[in-house]
Amino acid sequence: MGPMGTANDTSAATLLVGTRKGVFLLSRDGGSEWELSDPLFLGHIAHHVVHDPRSGRTVLAARTGHLGPTVMWSDDLGATWTESTKPPAFRTGDRLGRSLDAVFWLTPGHAAEPDVWYAGGSPQGLFRSDDGAETWRPVDGWCDHPMWETWAEWPEQNTPDGSMLHSVIVDPRDSAHLYLGLSSGGVFESTDGGSDWAPLNAGCLAAFAPDTEPEFGHDPHCVRMHPAAPDLLYQQNHCGIYRMDRPEGRWVRIGDNMPTEVGDIGFPIELHPRDPDTAWVFPMDGTDVWPRTSPDGSPAAYVTRDGGATWSRLDEGLPERAWFTVKRQAMTVDDAPDVGIYFGTTCGEVWTRTDGGDEWHQLAAHLPEIYSLEVVTSR
Amino acid sequence: MRVRIPTPLRSYTAQESAVEADGATLDELLTDLDHRFPGLRFRVVDEQGRLRQHMKIFVEQEPVRDLSMSLVGIDEVTLMQALSGG
Repeated sequence: MGPMGTANDTSAATLLVGTRKGVFLLSRDGGSEWELSDPLFLGHIAHHVVHDPRSGRTVLAARTGHLGPTVMWSDDLGATWTESTKPPAFRTGDRLGRSLDAVFWLTPGHAAEPDVWYAGGSPQGLFRSDDGAETWRPVDGWCDHPMWETWAEWPEQNTPDGSMLHSVIVDPRDSAHLYLGLSSGGVFESTDGGSDWAPLNAGCLAAFAPDTEPEFGHDPHCVRMHPAAPDLLYQQNHCGIYRMDRPEGRWVRIGDNMPTEVGDIGFPIELHPRDPDTAWVFPMDGTDVWPRTSPDGSPAAYVTRDGGATWSRLDEGLPERAWFTVKRQAMTVDDAPDVGIYFGTTCGEVWTRTDGGDEWHQLAAHLPEIYSLEVVTSR
Repeated sequence: MRVRIPTPLRSYTAQESAVEADGATLDELLTDLDHRFPGLRFRVVDEQGRLRQHMKIFVEQEPVRDLSMSLVGIDEVTLMQALSGG
């Protein structure tokens, strides 16, 4: 395929694009032009395609229509793939009779555990691989926690595409310190490698619940830990944008500082690779019946450079009117000196700009609905 | 016996549309199929031993969902996927 667009940075990079109909690679080999691959796994649902910074391995969480969930891995950036010999699944004879509908989320493990991966599912199971995604097992401390049925959405799954376990986060200082998000259910934390868990939702609103500040039952859409400041968490929630200084243990709503007419509802939140006070969001319409398209059909990202005290609109280059959604895995940033920001839309477009750039550039269009976007850079 | 394979499962059978496998019951047949074509069984049956919702199995001409069904004297089993969606 031919060149699809340009961006300001010119280092080699590949975007891993997971879609409702398969995987696409958008690659730049050092020039300014991006090339779109042919589809991989055409017809398979690709919820998350994630590159492992430790090994270079790429792992794909997929579901093939009615054939159930699976995981594939590639050591050559998508040229060849191998299916896990034991994909994520609940235990046979599971006490609740659970079977996994989808692998929704993937997170590489701690740098000191180079073969460990975590996967989040629907229903909201947590799974772990100790051999580089070849075989998987349930994290029993989560899946069989006495509170699981209370914390998780079970047996009803209230989200249209199923309830999800997402935002699995491993503390770079301590491989046993984990976070996860349940949509719905809230944010949870483990300090013992996943054997036990506790809710971490103080300060976060659950506007839809009778008790608007419950211990759990919230709806985090995306949770991120700052890579350079691991005590700093950011969260795009169903009920606003929050940050937490972990020692304080309380979420603070920084989305209140967004323009009132835009609000602070959205799916993704992405953090600057070095500056703990810089984050990007992509607001969506959470009024009325929740169309989840951009407020007033006017797409824009917003950036804060002061930890959420103030926000600036970034819409240059984007269409003045458009009706897409940016899902929680579909926004990402790179680690370039002038940070590249990327997002994929439900109408199959990929856009990018640099932090210091003037406008968004479209890298691809007419793809299937985009579920996830990750960038791999070689520098 | 002969097992007919639907197109969504042929990535496991080197694109063969029909393969040979053995088993005294459907469950055993699926286990044997998995030995011959690793990964195939989990696409048909979930981790609790339940036939996935849109998978259909015909023993000769009869639709069957009970994996304990005897296959003694059976010559052909057809795996089928009910395609739906968009």
